Amino acid sequence: MEKFVSIEYVGQTFTSRKGAFVALQDINLSIHQGEFISLIGHSGCGKSTLLNLIAGITRPTVGVLLCAGKEISGPGPDRAVVFQNHSLLPWLTCFHNVYLAVESVFSATEPVNQLKERTIAALNLVGLGHAEQKFPKEISGGMKQRVGIARALAIEPKVLLMDEPFGALDSLTRAHLQDELLHIVAATRTTTVMVTHDVDEAVLLSDRIVMLSNGPAATIGEILEVPLARPRHRVALANHPDYLARRAAVVNFLHQRHRNPNAATVNPPADTDLTLDHLSTEDA
Amino acid sequence: MSVSIDSPAAVLTRSFWRHKTEQILVACAGPLTGFVLLLLVWQAISLQINDIPGPGPTFEAAATLFKHPFYNNGPNDLGIGWNILASLERVTMGFLLAAAVGIPMGFAIGRYAALNAITSPLISLLRPVSPLAWLPLGLLLFQAANPAAVWTIFICSIWPIIINTADGVKHVPQDYLNVARVLNLSEWKVFRRILLPAVLPYLLTGIRLSIGTAWLVIVAAEMLTGGTGIGFWLWDEWNNLNVAHILIAIFIIGIVGLTLDLALLALGRRYSHSEN
Repeated sequence: MEKFVSIEYVGQTFTSRKGAFVALQDINLSIHQGEFISLIGHSGCGKSTLLNLIAGITRPTVGVLLCAGKEISGPGPDRAVVFQNHSLLPWLTCFHNVYLAVESVFSATEPVNQLKERTIAALNLVGLGHAEQKFPKEISGGMKQRVGIARALAIEPKVLLMDEPFGALDSLTRAHLQDELLHIVAATRTTTVMVTHDVDEAVLLSDRIVMLSNGPAATIGEILEVPLARPRHRVALANHPDYLARRAAVVNFLHQRHRNPNAATVNPPADTDLTLDHLSTEDA
Repeated sequence: MSVSIDSPAAVLTRSFWRHKTEQILVACAGPLTGFVLLLLVWQAISLQINDIPGPGPTFEAAATLFKHPFYNNGPNDLGIGWNILASLERVTMGFLLAAAVGIPMGFAIGRYAALNAITSPLISLLRPVSPLAWLPLGLLLFQAANPAAVWTIFICSIWPIIINTADGVKHVPQDYLNVARVLNLSEWKVFRRILLPAVLPYLLTGIRLSIGTAWLVIVAAEMLTGGTGIGFWLWDEWNNLNVAHILIAIFIIGIVGLTLDLALLALGRRYSHSEN
């Protein structure tokens, strides 16, 4: 498969009053078309920084990022972003939040009724056709995030970038949206990069999991292939040895080799890690 | 059956109205007590000081005054209604000019850091100056009382408008601007769809503050410039030693100011937006 997004020797240094802070260093990664990549690591390891670099919202201090053979020099609708806090405009209805995106990309080439059709189609894709006239404050957190996903997918991006899209949701809603995302990504074959700190989420959704070492000067510690067959089903995979092995590998990376620098020093025995119901990098 | 029994619905309606009446009584109890206390203190003072009329004579004077609010016996003897309207007109003129200049300036200052760096020390320096200090300059520039008063209102209204608008623009969540950047929205679309709605609540606060100040200032400015207006009328009645009318003027100024404030507060609530 061809390289679609290419990150070459990228580093990011922030200058603050206290001096220079190296957030990312020597990041090299190639993403293929149609691939689902997760970025996982402890809080503050720079995974969102890396996503913002691909989005073009920030520019790297060193190195280059390419998308479809062209250098990423700024944000653009070919790389849609689903923001962590959904970032819907509170003064627009769900329909108009999505329509704003559709209009900005397709209004030059398509008539208004076609733009409206695209908007409705995107909302239907995330199962929110019925809520199009509602304002963001009138719908639940999970629905808001689905509108955010609809807004991103409606502009038919080359790459879908998601910054902890389900981080603020309760675990049942999160599972439901993960399943929906599996369907949507399978249907649209959109190349996706998702930042997460949820081990199960990463293993369930990804083709490859990019594990970042702790900052400062974080870099890619390991890339784990997840060759589980698709379509994937949460329940069938729950006790599947291949699934458990991948999960164990990620947990091992995060909690043994790169322990959360902010966590307490109590060191649990290695085998108890896997018996926890829900693991995240936040609760090491 | 000979005994009439009320339907449950009727009982419910009755208890609903009883509840409603109680609520209104409780809500009115505080303000009512306050006004009664004010009248008592006022009466006590008027008994001590002969020059100050009590509530009774003042209300009588007010009743006569408001019987013909819009009479016109030449420029020096206008009805109270005309004077109030004259003041409101000056406030409106000065405010509209301030909004026309201040809102675009506020947006520009909030959006461009360089402009902020240039203007913020000037604004900090000029804002604490009493608006009346600008009145002589206005008289010099315009050679007439009325434009000078409007000029004074303009000066005092413009600071809250600029400062709140700029503050609102600075507080537009970065996420919304990132959305705009990812979607490549045109500058006009960013303004129309993101900046304006996000800033509107701040802007309305600025407008409320500026009109509040303007109403404070117009009374003082009219005392100095003379001619027409509630401030002039108040000063005129002082020259006539008509203390009842002075007290009435104070109440009128308070009531008009309160009405303006409440109206703008309601407008602000209408355009505020919450995320949740």
